[in-house]
Amino acid sequence: MSEEIVSELMRAHVYRLASTGQRLDGRALDEPRKVSLERAFVKTAEGSARVKLGNTDVLVGIKMSVGEPYPDTPNTGVLSTSVELIPMASPTFEAGPPRPEAIELARVVDRGIRESKMVNMEKLCITPKEKVWILFIDIHVLDYDGNLFDACSYAAVAALASTVAPAKNQGLGDDFPLPVEHWPVSVTTAKIKDRLLVDPSLDEERMADARLTVTTDENGDIRAMQKGLSGTFSYDEVKGIIETAQRVGRRIRPLLQSS
Amino acid sequence: MEDIEHFAKQMKLIDADGRRLDGRKFNELRPIRLEAGVLRRADGSAYMEWGGNKVLAAVYGPREAHPRHLQDPARALVQCRYNMAPFSVSDRKRPGPDRRSVEISKVISEAFSSVVFAEQFPRTSVDIFIEVLQADAGTRCAGLTAASVALADAGVPMRDLVASCASGKIDGVVCLDLNKDEDNFGDADCPTAVVPRTGEIVLLQMDGHLTSDEFEKAMDLSIDAARRIYDLQRDALRRRYSVTLEDILKESPPVQSPMQPEGRLPSEDDFGPEGI
Amino acid sequence: MQGSGSLRPIVIPGEAVGGPGLKPGPGTYSEGGQLFAAQLGIRNEHDGLVSVIPLSGRYLPQRGDAVIGEVVDIGPSHWLLDINSPYPAPLHGTESPWRVEFGDTARYLKVGDVIMCHVLSVDEIKRVQLTMQEREARKLNGGILMEVSPTKVPRVIGKQGSMVSLIKDLTRCQIYVGQNGRIWLDGDDRSTALAAMAIRLIEERAQAVGLTEAVRELIERAAKEPRPS
Repeated sequence: MSEEIVSELMRAHVYRLASTGQRLDGRALDEPRKVSLERAFVKTAEGSARVKLGNTDVLVGIKMSVGEPYPDTPNTGVLSTSVELIPMASPTFEAGPPRPEAIELARVVDRGIRESKMVNMEKLCITPKEKVWILFIDIHVLDYDGNLFDACSYAAVAALASTVAPAKNQGLGDDFPLPVEHWPVSVTTAKIKDRLLVDPSLDEERMADARLTVTTDENGDIRAMQKGLSGTFSYDEVKGIIETAQRVGRRIRPLLQSS
Repeated sequence: MEDIEHFAKQMKLIDADGRRLDGRKFNELRPIRLEAGVLRRADGSAYMEWGGNKVLAAVYGPREAHPRHLQDPARALVQCRYNMAPFSVSDRKRPGPDRRSVEISKVISEAFSSVVFAEQFPRTSVDIFIEVLQADAGTRCAGLTAASVALADAGVPMRDLVASCASGKIDGVVCLDLNKDEDNFGDADCPTAVVPRTGEIVLLQMDGHLTSDEFEKAMDLSIDAARRIYDLQRDALRRRYSVTLEDILKESPPVQSPMQPEGRLPSEDDFGPEGI
Repeated sequence: MQGSGSLRPIVIPGEAVGGPGLKPGPGTYSEGGQLFAAQLGIRNEHDGLVSVIPLSGRYLPQRGDAVIGEVVDIGPSHWLLDINSPYPAPLHGTESPWRVEFGDTARYLKVGDVIMCHVLSVDEIKRVQLTMQEREARKLNGGILMEVSPTKVPRVIGKQGSMVSLIKDLTRCQIYVGQNGRIWLDGDDRSTALAAMAIRLIEERAQAVGLTEAVRELIERAAKEPRPS
């Protein structure tokens, strides 16, 4: 129960700390947690990556199969992203059909990847109008300690970066690595009263009034944005958050790209 | 489909020298790695690699059971949810429980119900989650074995751990711990789970074709292997919590509240000047 | 395994911990005249009673425990508190330090408030009642709250309170430790950060030898730095 209800005492403390540029875990206000990455974690998937952002732990598996294209995009492959908030990841996650939170997460991660054209989907066309590659991005949240938007996005991007299309099994020539051409990086900022904190931990997220996720590409251009929760942002705040996302994004991008 | 049948007729799963396709003999287990306490939020957890299987198990509880009308006033509910990640198998599995997962969840819940001291926690539930991240046959045995460790890691009181293993028949030979190919092309598979100390059987399923003699051979193999698996479970728990008693007792319990309740941990004075 | 102290192996559920003549204490059960561990922990024997000191597990309230609870719901004549245990714990208006009129409970404690209180009773079906009638009971304002595994509470408190006193002295921080693993720290931001750091060290290395010295060293070293890390 108190998983959801934050004490007044802690709320006051976190806000007070933030007013002097500090946070519970000692980070600066614009500092993300440590990102650790393990590629090719799952051999039954065509690509996979496990990312830990602080203690938030996400595993993404990429599966590829061959099928029909969507009628309005007859010459491109199909991308489908889904998120499972499995019950073991948090006492607040229940088994069952995806809740709005899981659906929003999947759609925002998908948007960042799709709009940045990270994977050249035209190259995944086999026979126009008839046969294309279908890419399934399955995001499995294993441990939830705040900021799923960024953790899920990093794991998906890292998994795609090391995915190999199983062309041989389908009788379509040699296996080939996914044509990756851009690198979207998602950076989420939470707002507590009037303080802005990058990469909110679980405690900070529970107290946040508003949240803004910004996904930028390697040129610093904006590819996806999502505001969440019921608080508001001023236009100046939004501009500042975008700048921070570009800056932090530049630091994180090399970690996600193949070594 | 044609190719698979053709393949099955051609392939020898076990050769004249008793060597299986992966080099094992009839009574050898696949390599196993087991680690306790791998997740932060869950009360207890364990991660297991068993041959090509990668399985994560976690426990929450005892915690208040919801919804209220499902609470048992006399004991804790012991509930397991077994699930396979979409990318855990060669042909992607759609998210969500299928009938196979529901059945496995049920038999595993029942297995643990017989060892957990549920009467100590009325109106609560002990929730066990098994997530298969990568599958290579024997996932329910791996899941059960890992979940057992997760339960102990969570401090849930139990009579004993539960150790689980499967045996089957390939090319007419009764063998321990079938992998995916052996399970697909073999003649029988029989997963079982036991209470290591007493040998009580808490899970038993079988499909295929076995004579009574073959079944006994299979059970002997599985129960013997369960002992080895139990050792691995115990090692995983000890590694996670290696400790010296002297350290615990040097800084032992409290003189904080005015009323000193019964049945609390013994106080430092009880142990004399040197501790132990 | 660390430490030069006498090594006691960890027992796991189902392991034999005693034979005939010994009595089953907490954390054990008996079967066929033998005693077995019911939980993961350390075997302990005293005066013919064998018990297992658990290394993990939820907080199970016992009469008299001092606990820190958070108000999660309010009724007309009581408040419902989360005390980090499997059971919700009500505090009745009559057990509070105030004269509470029926329907007026929200005036004194609201959802999100944190209090130090005690477990008044636990009945056979584990229904818990809390009380604020003891001397130390109070609503907690300011400061910070942290949580450790309830099994680590004895280590945080120390032999006759020695560890928690050490931290208090070195950090000049007020500290209340609840049996339910919740800890309240009050002081300036610097002191509370130092105390919190020390408690985290104890939680992570509860098994280490020389923990007291390690804690002292940690606090003294960190206190010298311009900003707590």
